[in-house]
Amino acid sequence: MAEGLTRSAARNIFYGGSLFFFLLFTALTVHSHWYMVNVSTDSEGLTESVKHGKEVWEKNMCINCHSLLGEGAYFAPELSNVWERYGGHQSPEAARTGLAAWIRAQPLEVPGRRQMPAYDFSEEEMQSLIDFLEWTDGIDAQDWPPHPAG
Amino acid sequence: MKYETQRVALPFFMVAMALFALQIVFGLLAATVYAWPEFMASFMPFNIMRVSHTNLLIVWLLIGFMGCTYYLMPEEAEQEIASPGLAYIQLGIFAFAGAAALVGYQFGIHEGREFLEQPFWIKVLITISFLLFLFNTSATLAKGRRTAINMVLMLGLWLAAVFWLFAFYNPTNLAVDKLYWWWVVHLWVEGVWELIMAALLGYLVIKMTGVDREVVEKWMYVIVGLALFSGLLGTGHHYYWIGAPSYWQPIGSIFSTLEVAPFFTMVMFAFTMFWKGRRNHPNKAAMLWTLGCPTVAFFGAGVWGFMHTLHWVNYYSHGTQVTAAHGHLAFYGAYVMIILGVMTFAMPSLRRSQPYNQVMNMWGFWIMTGAMCFMTFTLTFAGVVQTHLQRVLGMNYMEVQDQLGLFYAMRLGAGIAVAIGAGLLLYAFFGPKRVEVPAGGTQMTAGTDNA
Repeated sequence: MAEGLTRSAARNIFYGGSLFFFLLFTALTVHSHWYMVNVSTDSEGLTESVKHGKEVWEKNMCINCHSLLGEGAYFAPELSNVWERYGGHQSPEAARTGLAAWIRAQPLEVPGRRQMPAYDFSEEEMQSLIDFLEWTDGIDAQDWPPHPAG
Repeated sequence: MKYETQRVALPFFMVAMALFALQIVFGLLAATVYAWPEFMASFMPFNIMRVSHTNLLIVWLLIGFMGCTYYLMPEEAEQEIASPGLAYIQLGIFAFAGAAALVGYQFGIHEGREFLEQPFWIKVLITISFLLFLFNTSATLAKGRRTAINMVLMLGLWLAAVFWLFAFYNPTNLAVDKLYWWWVVHLWVEGVWELIMAALLGYLVIKMTGVDREVVEKWMYVIVGLALFSGLLGTGHHYYWIGAPSYWQPIGSIFSTLEVAPFFTMVMFAFTMFWKGRRNHPNKAAMLWTLGCPTVAFFGAGVWGFMHTLHWVNYYSHGTQVTAAHGHLAFYGAYVMIILGVMTFAMPSLRRSQPYNQVMNMWGFWIMTGAMCFMTFTLTFAGVVQTHLQRVLGMNYMEVQDQLGLFYAMRLGAGIAVAIGAGLLLYAFFGPKRVEVPAGGTQMTAGTDNA
């Protein structure tokens, strides 16, 4: 440790520097918030149904098996681009039907395969959840994930 | 134990260790599902095991931090705890809230955001309990001596409470939700918790080595400075792929690379003080934890964090088992080990015995630490294979997982070893008091008389 540095100098550098970096971080966060609302996400498409879909997602704690934008439990597939994986960009109706059918088919009971539990969604909940996944797929996430595989 | 109210720490440590044991149980269950996917599938789905595992960790670490604070504050402030009664009350509230959350999870009662799953009213109870804790310890500090250690410790705890408030904010826009979610998650574990860790480490180093406080506290300010200078903007490494602007890629890459620096400095600090120290403290096991904690934190948080933090690496590795590997060793090295270290130091005086014959504690240290490292290696290998197959070659997620069975089996084995090590450690903490070994016996010598 440099002999020239006194304890009180070290303390002042800590407090001053931390405050500086905190203010800088706060400013960048405010800008990122603005950017998300106005540029990278579809704020107009954030309908009541998408909001309800996020509630369905949270109510069933999907995040503790799946990941979304790469965050979650890594135990089950990434879902931020599941809409793309189901061909939603080409044929939205087919993707919608396919996703609903897949969720309704759980648990698959395939021996040796991870089991997704059965979820007793109403038709409205199912459509909202899929709306939420479709909306999430539209977030400009800097081209992540690298493959449709998620 | 110079101050009577330091005893307040004991029930905190007991509750923390009970929850630690439960955390390991849920971890073992989840690891078993990775090896045998049908295990308990209809009885307890994986997400319930996982939420229990992670939440128990968070709750016991917080209770552990509180216990450590109550133990060191009277010595540092030269002042009895303002209100021991209040301490027991806030422990009761916190323990009840944690237990209620855990029971609720088993019945699917939660808020469904990762790590912040606690229902609203439990979040409120946690806030109340934490504020009572901060009030009690701050009042003690206000009346007593201010040292760099207790000031940095309290700053870390207060800031943890402030950033916790973002847990109450759940925007409907998923990207914005994640933006502020990290204000709790990252600013805790890669920010203000490092202040708590550095202060506890500084306290242990002063006690164990007898090095001059002036020197220790100067090191500590350098460490916490490095932690926040790098860690605040280092949050950027979580903002690469959530819809945030692209400037986070250079900012996050540079500053999160610098997040290695505080951990490396902690290693240098602990070992330099160890060599400089003139005091031959009899609690050799506490010295082992004091050196082991920064070392494992440096590898788990520092090296394993750096491994996947550059944005062009993270583009491929984000959200794979690489993250799981890093998460396990980082939490263990930085936060689990610092609390176990303070406990190892404090338990003999809390139980009014001497630190005799600590071989059991040291076996716990080596078995648990070795097993956590092995677990991290298996998950790292799994993550590298997964990254290549899924993110480079574009193979389907479930097909890739089928290729990882060997690693998951070895991870389960490592988990069993962790449980054995933890069992030994708990026995060392709470089992029968150790008996004195005949003169000359010290665990640090290599001779025959090393029992």
